[in-house]
Amino acid sequence: MKSLLAQHALLSAPSEQRLVLEDPGSALPFFADKLAESGLPVLHATNLEVLQLNLGRMCNQTCTHCHVDAGPDRKERMSREVMEDCLRALDAHPVHTVDLTGGAPEMHPDFRWFVEQLNEKGCHIIVRCNLTIIRANKKYYDLPEFYRKHKMEVVSSLPFYTADRTDRQRGKGVFEHSIEALKMLNAVGYGLPDSELELNLVYNPAGAFLPGSQDELEKQFKKSLMADHGIQFHKLFAITNLPISRFLEYLVRSEHYAEYMERLVNAFNPAAVQGVMCRNMISVSHDGSIYDCDFNQMLELPLSAGMPHHIRDLAKSNVAGRAIVTGRHCYGCTAGAGSSCGGTVA
Amino acid sequence: MAKKYYDPAGLGKFGNIAEFQKPMADKFFAYYGEVFKEGALTAREKSLIALAVAHGVQCPYCIDAYSTDALEKGCSEAQMMEAVHVAAAMRGGATLVHATQMMDHVKDLTGA
Ligand code: SF4
Ligand code: SF4
Repeated sequence: MKSLLAQHALLSAPSEQRLVLEDPGSALPFFADKLAESGLPVLHATNLEVLQLNLGRMCNQTCTHCHVDAGPDRKERMSREVMEDCLRALDAHPVHTVDLTGGAPEMHPDFRWFVEQLNEKGCHIIVRCNLTIIRANKKYYDLPEFYRKHKMEVVSSLPFYTADRTDRQRGKGVFEHSIEALKMLNAVGYGLPDSELELNLVYNPAGAFLPGSQDELEKQFKKSLMADHGIQFHKLFAITNLPISRFLEYLVRSEHYAEYMERLVNAFNPAAVQGVMCRNMISVSHDGSIYDCDFNQMLELPLSAGMPHHIRDLAKSNVAGRAIVTGRHCYGCTAGAGSSCGGTVA
Repeated sequence: MAKKYYDPAGLGKFGNIAEFQKPMADKFFAYYGEVFKEGALTAREKSLIALAVAHGVQCPYCIDAYSTDALEKGCSEAQMMEAVHVAAAMRGGATLVHATQMMDHVKDLTGA
């Protein structure tokens, strides 16, 4: 499968995606109106604590619901210069966590160099590892050891505990390779009950439905992965699919868009609003542009007026307290128990 | 009005039954909500039972609703299909067990 960009699909353009989402003719309430109607103020950031860095769009997989439109045909990646800007921003702000994502961040040729720099700064490093990258090529086989050496937290997507549903979303053979990779992570100590080497899995629904109870899903994943494969992990984060990029294109093409958005709006939970992840983070694109979150990055919605637009300017700026730029896609973060890169929030 | 017996939009209008008889609808929905809460059975187990019953009573609205619900509760395809087989086995068994009555009747009439 090719990325939407390589297919020259209309919805590969963030501007086209915004047109669908913010269609004034739609019966769906605007997100800002929904906040007001629920008696909630405009969303504002707290202190900057997390930097999420998108190292590039290249990936060894082409999952059907990828909100990054990543894949082997995407070549964009972060330059050394932008990485150095990120390191400078870390010196200027009390950021405790750096969250590395992509694509497959490990495919970036400077990945290991960058992790070493981050490690020296003493911040907690999360890698969003797609698992199969560990098995993709011999040069990646030592990744579990590399993660361990730098005490990185590994957060990995596994859409389901069965092969058929996982492979339908992520590609043929992905489940089997993911299981092999999880065993390699367990073998170096990741995910074991008393281990400090954190291995957390991400569950996102394999289609146009919402995630159920995170605790219940975690129990089922733990039971099945242990019984069927002897695999252990720490937490399961249940994440809602946001209507962006390939998932949006799928919703529109399969005529599930209206129904899915209605489900998100009906499940709007005012209690989930305070916990949304954009409040304490900045997301950095491979080209150094900065956003409130990874989703706003994909929709190319820059920070609010008066705020910097590039990581090189972050060191000298105060982004705490800024108004967050929202849209109808934000219903994905506030439906039911809420959703963030760390799972449910309410 | 739509010229069909089942309109998928009907599911979303379920709550509208209160329009013609509110007190009973209110009682029904309160009861319904109570039934599906986590109890001696988990919400997930109840979802699979509901999916099986949906097939047993052959309600297309309930089949859609509880297929989605079972997916959301993390049920696998195999679990959902086994639930439907339980409904099918029950219906088949309930039909076949009546054959004993047919057999008794036949034997009675033919003096066998
Ligand atoms: S969802 Fe993750 S693993 Fe899949 S294509 Fe996108 S970036 Fe790659
Ligand atoms: S998509 Fe979610 S994280 Fe991003 S701005 Fe909206 S609520 Fe915040």
